[in-house]
Amino acid sequence: MKTRNEKAWLLVLPVLILVAFSAVVPLMTVVNYSVQDTFGNNVFFWAGLEWFDEMLHSERMWNALVRQLAFSGIILAIEVPLGIFVALNMPKKGAWSSLCLVLMALPLLIPWNVVGTIWQIFGRVDIGLLGHTLDAMGIDYNYTQGFYAAWITVIAMDVWHWTSLVALLAYAGLRSIPDAYYQAARIDQASRWSVFRYIELPKMRGVLTIAILLRFMDSFKIYTEPFVLTGGGPGNATTFLSIDLVKMALGQFDLGPAAAFSLMYFLVIMVISYVFYIVMTNLDKQEGGA
Amino acid sequence: MAEITLDKLAHTYLSEPRSADDFALQEMNHVWRDGEAYALLGPSGCGKSTLLNIISGLLVPSHGRVLFDGRDVTALSTAERNIAQVFQFPVVYDTMTVRENLAFPLKNRGLPAAEIAERVGRVGRMIGMEGGLDRRAAGLTADAKQKISLGRGMVRDDVNALLFDEPLTVIDPHMKWELRTQLKQLHRDFGHTMIYVTHDQTEALTFADRVVVMNDGVVVQIGTPEELFERPRHTFVGYFIGSPGMNLFEARIEGARAVVAGTRFDLGRSYTTGPGRTQIGVRPEYIRLGDHGLPARVTRVEDVGRHRIVRLEMDGQELAAVVPEGRPVPDGGTHVQFVEGGVNVYEDDWRVTPDEEREAA
Amino acid sequence: MTLTLDGVSKVVGDATHIHPTDLRLEKGTMNVLLGPTNAGKTSLMRLMAGLDRPSAGHVSWEDEDVTNRRVQERNVAMVYQQFINYPTMSVRDNIASPLRLKGLARDEIEARVGRTAELMKLTPMLDRRPLELSGGQQQRCALARALVKDAGLVLLDEPLANLDYKLREELRAEIPRIFAESGAIFVYATTEPEEALLLGGRCATLWQGRVTQFDDTPLVYRRPADATTARVFSDPPMNFLEIEKRGDDLVYGDQRTMPVAALGLDEALADGHYTAGFRPAHLSLAPQEGATRFGTTLQVTEITGSETFVHLDHDGDRWIGLVPGVRELEPGAALDVHLEPRHVYLFDADGALVRPAPYAEAA
Repeated sequence: MKTRNEKAWLLVLPVLILVAFSAVVPLMTVVNYSVQDTFGNNVFFWAGLEWFDEMLHSERMWNALVRQLAFSGIILAIEVPLGIFVALNMPKKGAWSSLCLVLMALPLLIPWNVVGTIWQIFGRVDIGLLGHTLDAMGIDYNYTQGFYAAWITVIAMDVWHWTSLVALLAYAGLRSIPDAYYQAARIDQASRWSVFRYIELPKMRGVLTIAILLRFMDSFKIYTEPFVLTGGGPGNATTFLSIDLVKMALGQFDLGPAAAFSLMYFLVIMVISYVFYIVMTNLDKQEGGA
Repeated sequence: MAEITLDKLAHTYLSEPRSADDFALQEMNHVWRDGEAYALLGPSGCGKSTLLNIISGLLVPSHGRVLFDGRDVTALSTAERNIAQVFQFPVVYDTMTVRENLAFPLKNRGLPAAEIAERVGRVGRMIGMEGGLDRRAAGLTADAKQKISLGRGMVRDDVNALLFDEPLTVIDPHMKWELRTQLKQLHRDFGHTMIYVTHDQTEALTFADRVVVMNDGVVVQIGTPEELFERPRHTFVGYFIGSPGMNLFEARIEGARAVVAGTRFDLGRSYTTGPGRTQIGVRPEYIRLGDHGLPARVTRVEDVGRHRIVRLEMDGQELAAVVPEGRPVPDGGTHVQFVEGGVNVYEDDWRVTPDEEREAA
Repeated sequence: MTLTLDGVSKVVGDATHIHPTDLRLEKGTMNVLLGPTNAGKTSLMRLMAGLDRPSAGHVSWEDEDVTNRRVQERNVAMVYQQFINYPTMSVRDNIASPLRLKGLARDEIEARVGRTAELMKLTPMLDRRPLELSGGQQQRCALARALVKDAGLVLLDEPLANLDYKLREELRAEIPRIFAESGAIFVYATTEPEEALLLGGRCATLWQGRVTQFDDTPLVYRRPADATTARVFSDPPMNFLEIEKRGDDLVYGDQRTMPVAALGLDEALADGHYTAGFRPAHLSLAPQEGATRFGTTLQVTEITGSETFVHLDHDGDRWIGLVPGVRELEPGAALDVHLEPRHVYLFDADGALVRPAPYAEAA
């Protein structure tokens, strides 16, 4: 008698090897650093959990974490509703819908550092369209010096760059709703709000879960754009976790603390994403699926 | 409740139609009587759903007008026409309970809570879901969901018309009997104008007072089930109604006689035919097998339980006969006879009216 | 070749989809699985195909146990309710695809595709794409793909359910002919009793995950093993009447009585509760010699053009009668119906058949 076919594992093997080299091995190097100390010359000493302890009590890290959470929270609160709003108002078919799709996809195609550069120039008071206009209107705007100006610019930049992604996903969700639902709603004399609340939103839940997760994970790891734009300033105003991490690891060459930091960073992202996922899918089950 | 008039109605999906072929619906004039139950019957692509959507206001016709009780509603939206429609695939609001689903159209119209509760309770009983009103609609089976859709259509009793677009497609055979009876009873109790679109002749004939048979965007015949069965106006109706459909034989008509396969027999009534192709149509139910008549050979017998369908070959032509349970089925060679009054004469596919009927009219 | 299911069951979580089932399907037979939606037809087919592994029991081909063998290694073909074809390929390539996978020679593929297309009446459409075809032709293409494979087991899961009534009639008449030429084991799932009868062969009736009977199709129809089978295999549904035998009398409905002979029963039958069953076509509106009269209330009539369905209320039981001709009757009126004892099936309190209808035994 033949038992279950085991050949399938062979097919997965290349991926396993790839993942091992690209993720597990580097991660292990980081783990290695996080439990040792060094004074250079490739000489290492066992440090145990000392770095973890230090990082947990580091005010600097906690501040960066709070800034990071605030940033992710704010951009989700803006991008998700805005993305849904844009998706709802995109044309459903015809040439216009294709054009809209292309226009929406454009920001997504621009590399992070270019986005940072664009906004850096855009916001400059001397030559940037935005900065100059605001200055001319008598508004005190300078993202390199003002705390609020820096935050608003960073958030505006992220919203400009990524709302399209949410909008495109939401649009795909909307397009998959059969016409009969809209027709039935018209016959039931449902208001526009009811159609959104009882048809569109439940049917979009699946793609929105994905959109929120993607946007959360990406925004939580944000580095290039604020680095190019503000370099983490003014002061530490826009120093998010990854910027702080790079400063620590490469600027000060504190490899041990930086390694402990990055492991904890990784864990935080994983835990928060997991919680998000569980909450969203449970909601799904309660409501009977999208 | 309303009388619905279609006035020079035609529809094309093209912006510049060139010929009649470009029309999904050919021009038609018709009055749907107030309070009657109609079925729109035809194969897929015959235009029946297009016509239904024009009546409900989901589609604006390219030509002609739709009138409700004499009022032009062509430009009015579905909601303004005050109709209810049930679709082929169940439409339920997933996040709501069954009760909330049924109450939804009433709530949107601002009815008092007590009245909503009363009507929802009544419809819940009607669709046999009174025990599960507080369950979420999302997890239910397709036929339960479709019952909810039906219920949402029936919960409003002030509608001008109730429209059904193949509503029993996803329903099990046994459940179909029950739901159809309930629809009929509802029609009897409230007298709504109802229009029911289907490709299933049994559903159409059993549901409707009058059946509208469509083919290729044209209304071929409008009649009671009996008229469609006994006197199909077109060979298409003969084929489409009845299972199996009507048998057709090439025939030469000589007044009150016909010549089929070289054999002459009496038609019982006399006909005046033109130069076109003449045929006679006989339903399988009106064919008797025995020792007299046209010689034929049995090729296959299908047992359907309450009767048998006997497939025969007669002079190179295939034909079917229905033999009731308990009556013997001959084996091999036999003879075919037509029951008197069960024969219709066709010229170029359209029915030829017998002379006496024409004189009476 | 035979396909044998030996105590096969399927349990998912705490739901039993298929109760332990024994079936033996012979080569060259048409096997109909008849039952309502969710009765387990598709689950059973998936177990036969090897798409799912049974929770218990064995599946064997001939004498070889294939329980753990995957579907790819079993030479099975399946056709679904949806018209599933490769949309970007021509009909020709669609039909050829299973043969190309097998790596057959070009000539051989061409010959077999040609033959199958001829059989399925697809020859004029070989170079078109499936989506350019009508629903009926798309399903013919899917059927052709299943047939060309020369599979030992061909599973058809309600293949005609999405087709127009008339197209269904046409293909339904063709399927037994096509099947006769193939010689494979055919399994055909349907919810419609009439379809089962037209397909003939053998029939397994399913109800709530259980095979209630498996025998020659006309025999299952005429001699159902229990009330459940009779209900599943009757459209319109079979009518039932609860009766209690007390000596020479039968008590039914609202404490009415009739002699045992009224239903053609034997006085020797043990006293107790029974259910009488009879089909709609056997109720008649005209009195007949030896028939028993039942007083009912007419609820609704449905006219098919040549026949009339009468929906009746008999002391709270819902009955359906099918009478010849067009009858215009007033709903709500009292209506007497007549039933001949020879048309009555008798089931015991648990639903098992006690006595088949004598007319069916004679047939």
